[in-house]
Amino acid sequence: MIIAERKPFREIQDMVAPYGNVLIAGCGTCVAVCLAGGEKEVGLLAAQLKLARNLAGQTGRLGEITVERQCDREFIEPLREVATDYEAVISTACGAGVQFLAALLQDKPVFPALNTTFIGVNEAAGHYTERCRSCHQCYLGITGGICPVTMCTKGLLNGPCGGPIGGKCEVDPARDCAWCQIYERLESQGRLQQIEAILPLHPHSRTTSPGTVIHPAYLRRYAAHE
Amino acid sequence: MEASKVISAAPEAEFVPKILALVCTYCTYTAADMAGSARMQYPPTVRIVKYLCTGRIDILHILKAFEAGADAVMVSGCEAGSCHFLEGNLRARERVEYAKKLIAEVGLEPERLEMFEVAASDAPKWVQVVREMTERVEKLGPSPLHRVGASFAQVEAAVQRVVAQ
Ligand code: SF4
Ligand code: SF4
Repeated sequence: MIIAERKPFREIQDMVAPYGNVLIAGCGTCVAVCLAGGEKEVGLLAAQLKLARNLAGQTGRLGEITVERQCDREFIEPLREVATDYEAVISTACGAGVQFLAALLQDKPVFPALNTTFIGVNEAAGHYTERCRSCHQCYLGITGGICPVTMCTKGLLNGPCGGPIGGKCEVDPARDCAWCQIYERLESQGRLQQIEAILPLHPHSRTTSPGTVIHPAYLRRYAAHE
Repeated sequence: MEASKVISAAPEAEFVPKILALVCTYCTYTAADMAGSARMQYPPTVRIVKYLCTGRIDILHILKAFEAGADAVMVSGCEAGSCHFLEGNLRARERVEYAKKLIAEVGLEPERLEMFEVAASDAPKWVQVVREMTERVEKLGPSPLHRVGASFAQVEAAVQRVVAQ
């Protein structure tokens, strides 16, 4: 899922300072799981803003609403109506959600409350680590389920480099060397010969942004745009 | 004549802190109850909201208490290692630490919030922590959000509304 962190309070406060009535729109999926922008975090941010405004003697209404996903038009569509009562919107979704909401509410400023950080996993409550850089060409089948692009500090496709010391990365001895792990994983599964395969140059041309994916079943419907 | 004197004197009255104590039923509440039964004396500055376990205390409850005008909030549970739900008090401590950051971000003194551990049998400790917190708040002065005339009942009701949600 998408992992994000909440921006410092001060930054959010400054963004919405010129506006009275502000709606805080949460996202109930990825950012709710990483405790950054779900219903609970919307409540906390609203409570903080309310305290800060009371301290400064400012008025204005702070609305709270959380939708299932902000990256899905059907879920944000109802916000069009809700937002009419507000001068500005704070979105606690990832960058994708913020942009989708901003596009929906064209004439209204939409501000991000989070810094979107990476695609990762939930190690434990409150502990998230990166796993995938969405590189458009997945190598996990060859590398024993360990991503060379993300987990190798240098993103080497044909590693290891000459630097690992005792299974640790030369860039940061606190990190495991991804390629040492790939070696061990493949060896334990009896498919070490796979490490000899030379991976070709990565198709960086595919990564030109913004990316678009059209499901093959929908080619006829959307092909005209491509 | 007498009455009008009293009324005009009221705003000048000495600052009496409003401290909301969010406590667990098993340890701190029992200690506070015992302190009462034993007629131990402590400042009348604290009102108690009882939870089944401090692990149920949400940061939102704490923030709402400040919003409603509490001068300070104290969270108090069992001693580390003796929570009836194993680790509710440890979670409460993590939340209190985080909530301190949140209130500091908005410009309230983080010292207005504190976590204590008071065992069920330790009535004297309850008396001591209430004294300690009262002294601390007297030094800090009223919360800038302290609503003139806001009663304890209002502060408590605000928290109860959030807890019920
Ligand atoms: S808007 Fe972002 S955070 Fe929310 S569900 Fe979509 S991808 Fe996840
Ligand atoms: S190789 Fe790594 S970065 Fe690329 S898609 Fe697979 S997991 Fe993601």
